[in-house]
Amino acid sequence: MTQVRLSGIQKDFGKTPCIKNLNLEIKSGEFMVFVGPSGCGKSTMLRLIAGLEQVTAGTIHFDEEQVERLSPSNRKIAMVFQSYALYPHMKVFENIAFGLKLAGGGDEVKDKVMEVARMLQIEELLERLPKQLSGGQRQRVAIGRALVREPRVFLLDEPLSNLDASLRVETRLEIAKLHHKLKETTMVYVTHDQIEAMTLADRICVLRDGIIEQVGTPAELYEKPETLFVARFIGSPTMNTLGGEHAAKFDAKTIGIRPEDLEVAPADATSSSWEGKVIHIENIGSDVYVYADIKAEHPLLLRQGKMVGQKIGDDVRIMRQPGATVHRFDADGKSIGPAQTD
Amino acid sequence: MNMYRPWYQIAAFYAMVGVLVIISIFPFYYAIITSFKEGTALFEVSYLPADITLENYRNVFSTGNFIRNIFNSVLVATLVVLLSLLMAVTAAYALSRVRFRGRSALLLTILSVSMFPQISVLAGLFELIRAFGAYNTIWALVFSYTIFSLPFTVWVLTTFMRELPVEIEEAAIVDGATPWQIITKVFMPLLWPALVTTGLLAFIGAWNEFLFALTFVISDSTRTVPVAIALLSGSSIYEIPWGSIMAAAVVVTVPLVILVIVFQRKIVAGLTAGGVKG
Repeated sequence: MTQVRLSGIQKDFGKTPCIKNLNLEIKSGEFMVFVGPSGCGKSTMLRLIAGLEQVTAGTIHFDEEQVERLSPSNRKIAMVFQSYALYPHMKVFENIAFGLKLAGGGDEVKDKVMEVARMLQIEELLERLPKQLSGGQRQRVAIGRALVREPRVFLLDEPLSNLDASLRVETRLEIAKLHHKLKETTMVYVTHDQIEAMTLADRICVLRDGIIEQVGTPAELYEKPETLFVARFIGSPTMNTLGGEHAAKFDAKTIGIRPEDLEVAPADATSSSWEGKVIHIENIGSDVYVYADIKAEHPLLLRQGKMVGQKIGDDVRIMRQPGATVHRFDADGKSIGPAQTD
Repeated sequence: MNMYRPWYQIAAFYAMVGVLVIISIFPFYYAIITSFKEGTALFEVSYLPADITLENYRNVFSTGNFIRNIFNSVLVATLVVLLSLLMAVTAAYALSRVRFRGRSALLLTILSVSMFPQISVLAGLFELIRAFGAYNTIWALVFSYTIFSLPFTVWVLTTFMRELPVEIEEAAIVDGATPWQIITKVFMPLLWPALVTTGLLAFIGAWNEFLFALTFVISDSTRTVPVAIALLSGSSIYEIPWGSIMAAAVVVTVPLVILVIVFQRKIVAGLTAGGVKG
């Protein structure tokens, strides 16, 4: 049960600023995900919370305790690294027990390790070396090593990025379950994958160039993006954005519409929003993606539930679905609220 | 190598191997067979052992302080290995992992130290050793050998330590390990092959060293083996006791051969570990 409060955090590497005056409160027991493109400072943020990097300016509080000058072990955090970073010469048991033994743990070390092993279902692996484990098993051991210390804050640095696609989905589910089991533990998770962020997070913090773009629940970020960057970053496939006269109709510099809010107008429709040509169709089974050229910078993407009648090269009329949101942004990419739609 | 090769290529290959082996083994082989000869037989050139006698070995061990000299050598070489590994591991940790101003300048200085020939620092080192009051003790040798083995040891270990993933170290930091615990409990086990390789080379260097051993030590009982062998004298000053010299040389080489054989696998692992990811 630890609340993390970051105030006025700044981090420079040499003369290059990496984090610029960042303020954020992570609630006790919350699963917070830092997400953003590479180089946005999300891993640095995690390392600052961990204590592996020192802040240039600003304060970090765990509850009421000021921790930014404390060592990682004194902050009582635990971290899962991207490459797992298991000790290659130690058996799984020793890997998990290492921190407890250093802290001078006695007989209870074994019990604690066994308990964590049981929870993660790695009991039968305890006598193996890391090199004898598969990627997913190493992952569990790394999580076990972090959990066994009963950390105040549990930090995960892109823990799924070294797994193959199917294992990644499976492990994502495991981590979500783990979070439900450990309701008390505050978790901070770094990823560049917005799907991981959307599925795991209680709240997401979108970072760009060392600045927070938006903090909110997955639904908030999806439905009410505050900036054009968040609008484009969250959601798959990416939101359609239109500028120029398309946007001017809505009194905005740029407008954004999610692909699922658009549909191909039936032949007998009396009105349509846009007209263009089909330039590409992707059928992935559950969805059909239709790319239509409407003479804007980017083709418009429509997400249809089933195959459309049109072929590549055909003319197509596109309309907004009832209740569709048109997100409007000003010249700085800031949201100016959704358009009043008919 | 599953390509078909004509017989003459294979023959040529093994002929080359044979020549190389003979060239490198012959001096040692000749020393061994000479060590089993006696009297005038010593001065006849022969390539096969005949009339084997152990008289030379008996001589070496019964005259002078040869056993004492071997003990000195073992002691000096072991101390040099322990000291240089201890200092090199800690220095390598700092040089590879701690960010500080002038780190690469320091590394280059360390490397350049090892470029000086021994003879150029002999006089200065002699003064130092006199000032420490270490003249004519084994500490004079331990001190000077450590100075000369450290640059190499530090460089090799620094290179190895840089190869170790930073995340493993960070994991240990998060687990609450102190720098000393990181070195001893995480890095040392991972660096075993490198430690064995550099330690062995330091040992061989100290074991075979002659110039310092001759200069810094004067009494027979503190001498190390290489000097003792060189100063073996015959019954008159006109006689050089080749038989005993060869026997002594064989005796002092055996420990090295045994060490190398014991650690052979580790050495190979150590020499290649940098290039191949494990």
